[in-house]
Amino acid sequence: MELIDNLGLGFATASTLSNLAFCFIGVLLGTLIGVLPGIGPTATIAMLLPITFQIGDPTAALIMLAGIYYGAQYGGSTTAILINLPGESSSAVTAIDGYQMARRGRAGVALATAALGSFFAGTVSTFLVALLAPPLTAIALKFGAAEYFSLMVVGLVSSIALASGAVTKALAMLVLGLLLGLVGTDIYTGTPRFNLGIREFSDGLNFVAVAVGVFGVAEILRNLENEHARSAAVKTVTGLMPSREDFRRMAAPILRGTALGSVLGVLPGGGAILASFASYAMEKRASKTPEEFGKGAIEGVAGPESANNAGAQTSFIPLLTLGIPANPVMALMIGAMIIQGIVPGPNVAEEQPALFWGIIASMWIGNLMLVILNLPLVGLWVKLLAVPYYVLFPVIMAFCAIGVYSVKSNVFDLYSVAFFGALGYVLVKLRCEPAPLLLGFVLGPLLEENLRRAMILSRGDFSTFVTRPISATLLVIAAIVLVVVLLPSVRRKREEVFVEED
Amino acid sequence: MVVDRANALCGAIFIVLGAAFAVQSYGLELGTAFRMGPGYFPLGLAVVLVLLGGIIFFRSLRVKGEAIGAVAWRGMLFILPAPVVFGLTVRGLGFLPSIFAACLIACFASRRMGLAWALLLSAAVALFAWAVFLKGLGLPFPPIGTWIGG
Repeated sequence: MELIDNLGLGFATASTLSNLAFCFIGVLLGTLIGVLPGIGPTATIAMLLPITFQIGDPTAALIMLAGIYYGAQYGGSTTAILINLPGESSSAVTAIDGYQMARRGRAGVALATAALGSFFAGTVSTFLVALLAPPLTAIALKFGAAEYFSLMVVGLVSSIALASGAVTKALAMLVLGLLLGLVGTDIYTGTPRFNLGIREFSDGLNFVAVAVGVFGVAEILRNLENEHARSAAVKTVTGLMPSREDFRRMAAPILRGTALGSVLGVLPGGGAILASFASYAMEKRASKTPEEFGKGAIEGVAGPESANNAGAQTSFIPLLTLGIPANPVMALMIGAMIIQGIVPGPNVAEEQPALFWGIIASMWIGNLMLVILNLPLVGLWVKLLAVPYYVLFPVIMAFCAIGVYSVKSNVFDLYSVAFFGALGYVLVKLRCEPAPLLLGFVLGPLLEENLRRAMILSRGDFSTFVTRPISATLLVIAAIVLVVVLLPSVRRKREEVFVEED
Repeated sequence: MVVDRANALCGAIFIVLGAAFAVQSYGLELGTAFRMGPGYFPLGLAVVLVLLGGIIFFRSLRVKGEAIGAVAWRGMLFILPAPVVFGLTVRGLGFLPSIFAACLIACFASRRMGLAWALLLSAAVALFAWAVFLKGLGLPFPPIGTWIGG
């Protein structure tokens, strides 16, 4: 069996002592930052990204990054359950019933349910990634420039569909992101462009600086708007072990959530967020006692948490096979891979099987570490929640500055952090979502390169995008998605879904 | 006249940024659809951005929108300069004093932070960062810079 061989190679790579250590550090740091209130997984990863560049070996760096991702997600759920402050929309659903469970003294059970559900979902979806990645890679290798261009259009359009708020604004953020991605030097002619005459920007804007600014700094500023004292609902957590009755009630939601999350996660544009909402709605409908939802139903924690984690995992599929990020976190992973000298895409599995399968195996190891790390350490995380915010953010700012500077020792990157922090904050205040901007920023150069290549191959004929069958199909999908989100009835429905998260 | 201020401002920002990119792209070689020059794709995007900004702007007129809400002025005043100060001084003053200064400035973004605590916290962060990043990870930044005789 090829699959077994591949997974064997993956586990052999991921379970060397040093890689295990990096995965462990990643999970630990990810949880540590992710548990801080108001800092979501994307911001956490953006802040911790520079640390991984200090590791020479790309495999180890990406394994650590994946660990940070799981840790950050779990940390976010912990905050959502204990103090009802979800860091990102995907854990907003967990907060609804999780926090109610915590108020009834069942915080430990809620946390354990989240961990167990995530672990199960992670196990299943890791296997799915291993199963689906090779055939998709084979298809992707047949893609030409026109197909790649159209595929990216699908990804970008879907990211708009799943962003909250007005569609025109999301579209504008996306276009702005694409333009910012083009700052630097034109790859075909070597002409410098949009660098405002600053030589330090001739390699383009630093991706880490943009991400830290738009996500990290903007988020800190938002938290500083109204400083009010927060008190954790729970000072100590006792009684971690769910009862037999709890296990019985969480089994079906976990299974359904895993299935739902795995499917939605593959969709470009942030399927994981959708997955937790969809799972919550599904559990509420399937439940015999829907009136318990919102008052501490364990199903309302188990389902969405599993869906969220499964989606987080399967969103690696488009990244690893096509090199197309499905959400901002995957955009950060792509940025990290490029900095490590790896061009994400179908060739990675061929050329660097150890790296490719190592990352897949480390997903499962990361999930396992979450369970064994977080359940015993939950007392520590509760204590961290008690640290006041005004102590945290100067520390975070200092480490962000060091982190960004350590990437290239370029002081202009630090000025970019301030600029993009201000820009990100202003745009968030004006109700624009930053996720499409970051996706656009990462995909901008790739999109232009493939467009230009496709046009050269077709001798300047734009119809190449619609006469090639795969490309045409992809563009039709993109058009359908765009039309659907603009339909008045869908628009209202969409607004309802996103209102619920606030 | 009623105006959705947030959207009007948002539209205006996109128009200005789009126009800035358009002007710059126009100065670059455009090329043809067959052989696109460095300005072709960005010019197209910039025009789209201006159009989108325009749509957002005109839609905001005569519509009452939500209020923008509290703005973290104090936060912006002290948080945003922190990385800039670090950037300006990290070579001259060196890593230790520079990170101390950046952290100290950021501390003032909160009203709740007293001066003594801010000094203490910044010193602790500088020492911790020195131990982790310079000693632990071995980053090649001099702890004390040339301006103060390092």
